[in-house]
Amino acid sequence: MARNLTFSIFRYNPQDPVSVPHTDTFVLDETNHMTLFIALNRIREEQDPGLQFDFCCRAGICGACAMVVNGRPGLACHTKTKDLPDAITLMPLPFFTLVGDLSVDTGTWFRNMAQRVRSWVHTDKEFDPKALEERMDNAVAEEIYELERCIECGCCVAACGTAIMRPDFLGAAGLNRLARFVLDPRDKRTEQDYFDIVGNDQGIFGCMGLLACEDVCPKHLPLQDQLGMLRWKMGWAGIMNLLPWKRK
Amino acid sequence: MQTFQTDLLCIGAGLAGERVAIEAAAAGFDVTCLSLVPARRSHSSAAQGGMQAALGNCAMGEGDSPDVHFEDTVKGSDWGCDQEVARLFCDNAPIAMRQLAAWGVPWNRVVPGKSTYFKGGKLFEKEEKQEKEGLITARAFGGTAKWRTCYTSDGTGHTVLYTMDNRAVQLGVVVHDKVEALSLIHDGENCLGAVVRCLKTGELRVYLARVTLIATGGFGRIYRESTNAVINDGGGLIIALDTGVVPLGNMEAVQFHPTGIVPTDILVTEGCRGDGGTLLDKNEHRFMPDYEPDKSELASRDVVSRWMTHHMRQGLGVPSPYGDHLWLDIRHLGCQHLATKLREVDEICKNFLGIDPSKNLIPVRPTQHYSMGGVRTDKDGLAYGLKGLFSAGEAACWDMHGFNRLGGNSLAETVVAGMIVGAKVVDYLRDHQVSYPTGLIRDFAANQQDRIKRLISKADGKENVFTVRNAMYDALMHGAGIFRNGKDLEACVQTLQEVHERTNKIGLRSNGRGANPELALALRLPGMVRLALCVAQGALQRTESRGSHAREDYPERNDRDWLVRTLATWQPGAPLPTLNYEPVSQVWSIPPGERGYGGGKIIPADPKE
Repeated sequence: MARNLTFSIFRYNPQDPVSVPHTDTFVLDETNHMTLFIALNRIREEQDPGLQFDFCCRAGICGACAMVVNGRPGLACHTKTKDLPDAITLMPLPFFTLVGDLSVDTGTWFRNMAQRVRSWVHTDKEFDPKALEERMDNAVAEEIYELERCIECGCCVAACGTAIMRPDFLGAAGLNRLARFVLDPRDKRTEQDYFDIVGNDQGIFGCMGLLACEDVCPKHLPLQDQLGMLRWKMGWAGIMNLLPWKRK
Repeated sequence: MQTFQTDLLCIGAGLAGERVAIEAAAAGFDVTCLSLVPARRSHSSAAQGGMQAALGNCAMGEGDSPDVHFEDTVKGSDWGCDQEVARLFCDNAPIAMRQLAAWGVPWNRVVPGKSTYFKGGKLFEKEEKQEKEGLITARAFGGTAKWRTCYTSDGTGHTVLYTMDNRAVQLGVVVHDKVEALSLIHDGENCLGAVVRCLKTGELRVYLARVTLIATGGFGRIYRESTNAVINDGGGLIIALDTGVVPLGNMEAVQFHPTGIVPTDILVTEGCRGDGGTLLDKNEHRFMPDYEPDKSELASRDVVSRWMTHHMRQGLGVPSPYGDHLWLDIRHLGCQHLATKLREVDEICKNFLGIDPSKNLIPVRPTQHYSMGGVRTDKDGLAYGLKGLFSAGEAACWDMHGFNRLGGNSLAETVVAGMIVGAKVVDYLRDHQVSYPTGLIRDFAANQQDRIKRLISKADGKENVFTVRNAMYDALMHGAGIFRNGKDLEACVQTLQEVHERTNKIGLRSNGRGANPELALALRLPGMVRLALCVAQGALQRTESRGSHAREDYPERNDRDWLVRTLATWQPGAPLPTLNYEPVSQVWSIPPGERGYGGGKIIPADPKE
């Protein structure tokens, strides 16, 4: 039995001087296997061609379509309408700069985050095209991959109490990114180097432990474990620093 | 209007674009990448399988070498590739993989000892050697003689792209995301940059560059049903074609994958059938054995896609609000198998369809998957027709894939080609200076500004952009899909020409202000229809079947007349592309022979003595 779905969608075009923030309502008949990707595209094509939203891979891999669905941040592409009530409210992710309607600019924030955590393998080794690759334990490689599965959708920071209060907070995504390099034997940074990046209120000490980041992560990353691990390691590095014979 | 100036302008910031960018940045040049989306959302991130490189580390890859990889690649291309390029690719792939390891890709590694694997649904055992422990391992892929595909779990594209982007950040490569290139700036001889629309504000910008690179990926989104990301609409190819002097190569070579899920066309892996999954019709009858008694569902991709389409044409598809489809049945494989060996498929079914594949049938249909064609370049990645214009990755017809590319060769191509072309771009930047004529730049920008104004004011008509796009979809799916024949292709070309006329009469229904999506499509659609016409006209003229190009009225591969690459250019104002042809290869390390799968008769080339 087909339902009629009522979508209440946030509307605002910052580039249009006559636009004011408001909510528009659209009604759509539900079809089999309908996702918000299908629904939003149909609304755009059949009812309002100016409606702004972002999809890219539409397969849960790229993270483009994060939005707030009935009050909860998530990926629109794999949100099925049959799991939602007849009334569906869609809002853009908070925290990020609004581009228009449901579209936000996550790219600028994540690029900045990558620069802040210096998100690359720090090593002095020159690549030698004639040599064999450096060996690595497969279990370590798989552990790194588990943390590298972040898709930069922004759900974790959008759901974060600290991020809402202090825009310079690195957020779960930033701390998880650093944890990935702490784990990587190719990265030669010392604990002090890492501490300099996250040993502050913008990093590990800013987190209030509300756990929303992990609750809403569409890839189910162990975000709080990473934060805990970093705090423990950084704390240990801090104590070592207090001992004069260990100080570097 | 904002104007940016840089040494290298990469249009596209996926793996190919960023790999070239990194090479130039490492050599000390200014680089700016343009991207429709944040760089890490590029379609490269969606590749799950892996990258082929003949490292020969794992037990099933023992004895592998670039020579064996080369032979697989040439056969896979159905002798349509440039053999010099295929050789360059195979020789350099191991270096590229090792370099990625040094930059941070967590490749899966060899674990010594005994383990089991499935082949054709049967269990086998293998033993990995102690001395190879910790080296990059590989998995099996279709059409390869050895296990050669390097991978990181089922997220290879994701990890490689993130590592690449990390490297780009480290080297100070600038990425401008949420922007779209609307035209190249050129004087008929030299490429000088691009006119670009910002997709955050809607404003036009000018980018001037000594070298411009097109690395915008495939153009699958000219088809209604595609596994491609929604951004793969051929933007880079359109601006190249619109120069009138840069040819696109082999646009008729389009690969279809048998099992895209309905409705969203997300791919479920070939592994489903490899492990014993079957295809059923609306009567839940297993039909593949009727057509291919021996191989059934395990015939090659193009063969299975063709029979599925044939079967639906007989009225045996399952009707749905999204069109007809067939069923993929993996219920009998059991929960245990699905949760471990086909974890990704299990998740896709649950996340996107809301069904449990251990209990329910999966709706599938053949879906456009890969474009072998693209901006025709020489072996250095330099585009034909304009100085200072390069291309790499799926957007390019470099051309190592010929008429059917092998799995695991496309993701590898992005990085290997990026490495090789990047070095050539650096050489070019060292040797060449350009000057930028201001009048010319102003004209190109004004031209785009004028298009935007006319669309918003409905100066040329009131055609609905979505209706016109759907007409393109219908024409292409019907005439230039999996099966092709003269009659349908002629009708397709004619319809597409009418659709092309209609694209000139589009008027917006919305106000077009800011990052307006209707305006973005309206600006792009005429070019998309021109790409569709290059596909259809190229397919109509090519009276043979080769690789993915299957003509019902010309079922044989014709080496006598068609051992050539199609080159399509578009003269400004012309109703159709101009087609020229060149030999597929200057070098013949392996003379044309059987592909080893897919069957079909071959008309041999005349002896040249």
